[in-house]
Amino acid sequence: MKKRSITMIAVLLLAGCGTGTDSGGPEKESLMIGGPSGKELAEKQVFRKNNGSDPGTLDPHRAEGVPASNVLRDLYEGLVSEAPNGDYIPGVAESWTISEDGKAYRFKIRDEAVWSNGDRVVAEDFVFSLRRSVDPKTLSNYSSMLYPIKNARDVVLGKAPTNKLGVTAESEKTLLIELEEPTPYFISLLTHSTTYPVHPASVKEHGSLFTRPENMISNGAFTLKDWRIQDYILLKRNEKYWDNPSTTLNEVYYYPLDNPDASLRRYRANELDFTDTTPSEQLPWIKKNLKGELKITPYFGSYYYGFNNSKPPFKDNPELRMALSLAVNRTIITDIVLGAGQIPAFTFVPPVKEYQGRQPEWAKLTQKEREELAKELYAEAGYSASNPLSIEIIYNTSENHKRVALAVTSMWKKTLGVETKLRNQEWKVFLETRRLQEETEVFRGGWIGDYDDPYTFSELLHSENEMNHSGYASEKYDSLLKAASLKPAGKERLNDLLQAEQIMLKDMPVIPLYFYVSQHLIKPWVAGLEGNVMDHHYSKYVKILKTETLVSE
Amino acid sequence: MSNFRFIIGRFLGAIPTLLILICLAFLLVKSAPGGPFDFERSLPEEVEANLRAAYNLDDPVYLQLAKYMGDLLKGDFGPSFQYRDYTVTELIATGFPVSMRLGVAAIILALIFGSLIGSVAALNQNSKLDYGVMFFGMIGISIPNFVMAPLLVLFFSISLKALPAGGYNGGNFYHMILPVVSLALPQMAYIARLTRGSMIEVLSSNFVRTAKAQGLPTRTILMSHVLKPTFLPVVSYLGPATAAIITGSVVVEQIFGLPGLGRYFVQGALNRDYTLVMGVVVFYGCLIILFNLIVDTLYGFIDPRIKQNR
Repeated sequence: MKKRSITMIAVLLLAGCGTGTDSGGPEKESLMIGGPSGKELAEKQVFRKNNGSDPGTLDPHRAEGVPASNVLRDLYEGLVSEAPNGDYIPGVAESWTISEDGKAYRFKIRDEAVWSNGDRVVAEDFVFSLRRSVDPKTLSNYSSMLYPIKNARDVVLGKAPTNKLGVTAESEKTLLIELEEPTPYFISLLTHSTTYPVHPASVKEHGSLFTRPENMISNGAFTLKDWRIQDYILLKRNEKYWDNPSTTLNEVYYYPLDNPDASLRRYRANELDFTDTTPSEQLPWIKKNLKGELKITPYFGSYYYGFNNSKPPFKDNPELRMALSLAVNRTIITDIVLGAGQIPAFTFVPPVKEYQGRQPEWAKLTQKEREELAKELYAEAGYSASNPLSIEIIYNTSENHKRVALAVTSMWKKTLGVETKLRNQEWKVFLETRRLQEETEVFRGGWIGDYDDPYTFSELLHSENEMNHSGYASEKYDSLLKAASLKPAGKERLNDLLQAEQIMLKDMPVIPLYFYVSQHLIKPWVAGLEGNVMDHHYSKYVKILKTETLVSE
Repeated sequence: MSNFRFIIGRFLGAIPTLLILICLAFLLVKSAPGGPFDFERSLPEEVEANLRAAYNLDDPVYLQLAKYMGDLLKGDFGPSFQYRDYTVTELIATGFPVSMRLGVAAIILALIFGSLIGSVAALNQNSKLDYGVMFFGMIGISIPNFVMAPLLVLFFSISLKALPAGGYNGGNFYHMILPVVSLALPQMAYIARLTRGSMIEVLSSNFVRTAKAQGLPTRTILMSHVLKPTFLPVVSYLGPATAAIITGSVVVEQIFGLPGLGRYFVQGALNRDYTLVMGVVVFYGCLIILFNLIVDTLYGFIDPRIKQNR
């Protein structure tokens, strides 16, 4: 750990020196980061992050979306936590054992864990919290995340009382969680906010107002000091946190700027230390002027085009679907259209841990060969230059989606002569259109994994999944997923998922286009952060280094 | 007495306007495709059913509207869909002071500098100064604030590092300068042109000529005969200016990340936060109606002819 953060500091130091202070500032000034030793800390330990938007709520069980998760990760600590690089490490639970059949997890809660008011964190708190999380009365958007826990589905659907949930406090410090099936990714679910504990007494006392700064009692490295809606969320160090001595920061600001251009301007004016993303149109400028501060890391997300497999022309027409997939030159999309380092995708599931998707045979062909193959399949499907396919791509309004759609349209036109119309819709309109599957022919899709296991992607194409907007229904695919869900962690399970993906890639119900990257601008004086595939960053690892302005000559 | 009756009459007249506004806005908001519970991760059907029931979304629209009206009469704007632990009343109470601070400052700035610049231009009609001022006035009107604001930030915050690039910071003076200026500029330019035109007209009118012929000092002519009629059109423009400032603040708040009502409105619309959007519409509707009423009353004081005609 220690070694890593020192390396990080060194890297940041070099980056900082290389680029100078700010492109706007005078040339002669340069910034020395971290003082003479390179790791001296600044006096003011305040970290200012743009979070992209305001969370709808800071109730961990009702929260939804990335911005809320970012803040909750600092406020609360689940049974399991994450290291800067994303490795799972003990959180509130100092250790745990897994039964042989993989269906029972026994957690030992650490003695020193306390709430921000000094109350001890006990197993009963988790029983209360997990029951609350699945209780239909809580109106949680994300309760289905907990379906792997025994009886959770029945509780969520109102068919069983909450006390039937497979969670038991065996003693004050021992918690037993029973699962429906061995769920190898269960540990990663325990870093999700739906599994965080809430302080039972304050929830009972304040009801939904327990999330207000004056009422909130949390157990993470930080507590909620202030929340000015649409202005900022301010966290301050939790002195009672069991690992408080390792925390360096005193305060963290989360700003809800949804406009990446505004975010970049405030970053350049030194009002932000960290941006949630970068404006795509400004990327060339950023690469030129803020090179050392731009951090690009592979992100566990997949960008694809889905076909509506339940209607003509794509219904029962794998040749046509394959032809359209082959005709897309992914490298042009990633390198020329987008250019942030996105990775061309030939599989649906992005590589994660031991799971490396197996690329189909045609991925090894040159683009020219793929296009030849595409033409053959296009003809086989009954289309030709005199009888071209005419379709529509629907995407949600965004400059990047438009550019990708234009590129794909021209590739289809050039190789196959397909006539494509583009239609953009505002986000919520788009979500409805896509869900209804009535007017869609080809639609944009993107998915960020909820936990770092291929299953979070595989399940999207299961015939009964509500997020399967392509209407893909393959018995073979479904049964392989079922088989995988009954198996404990290991090669066999991953092999089932791999095979399922192979079947899907032959049917081509969706065209995988590229894998996401996370893009952050981070000031050179911020140390302790590491890129990771889930893009989870805990402020408790962050340090602000001393900066000194040097005027040379 | 007649003044009082006029005000009461206008108040009562505003009620049907407000009712129509509420009904129309309600129907429009509800007819927008997509709903507050459409997320990238679709909700399981049962969960969505629970949520819809909790927010009475399964009732027919006319029932929902009737219920909404009933709650409004009690002063209850309902719970926000997006900010799940806040009521719309609370949100308006936190957002409005920010927007008001921004809007009032912008209008005062626009009024003072607009009328000052316009007067200077009118008194130096067809001089280089006049042309120069009016040229910049035209630019001020033509450049929309979503272009002007980033340019100001680029220059004052990033290049000069003199002013903050965004944020509210509790309404700190320095943080408000750029937003207020970007919001005020188009109005300032418009008021300047209005003042100039009006003053030139007044200056060439018979009573001013008579006053000059009587040998009154220029200062007295300006103060007691010219100013009042000059500002009549400016005062009547205050109503539309308020509306323009309110709509402009939606953009400016977004650019500078100010936590005002405009931002709530945009976010609310994007998230299909029905109650929040309705709340802001009703609130601003009342405000604009009230402001027009004030302007009309004010007008009567400045120009007695209007009072007599009532």
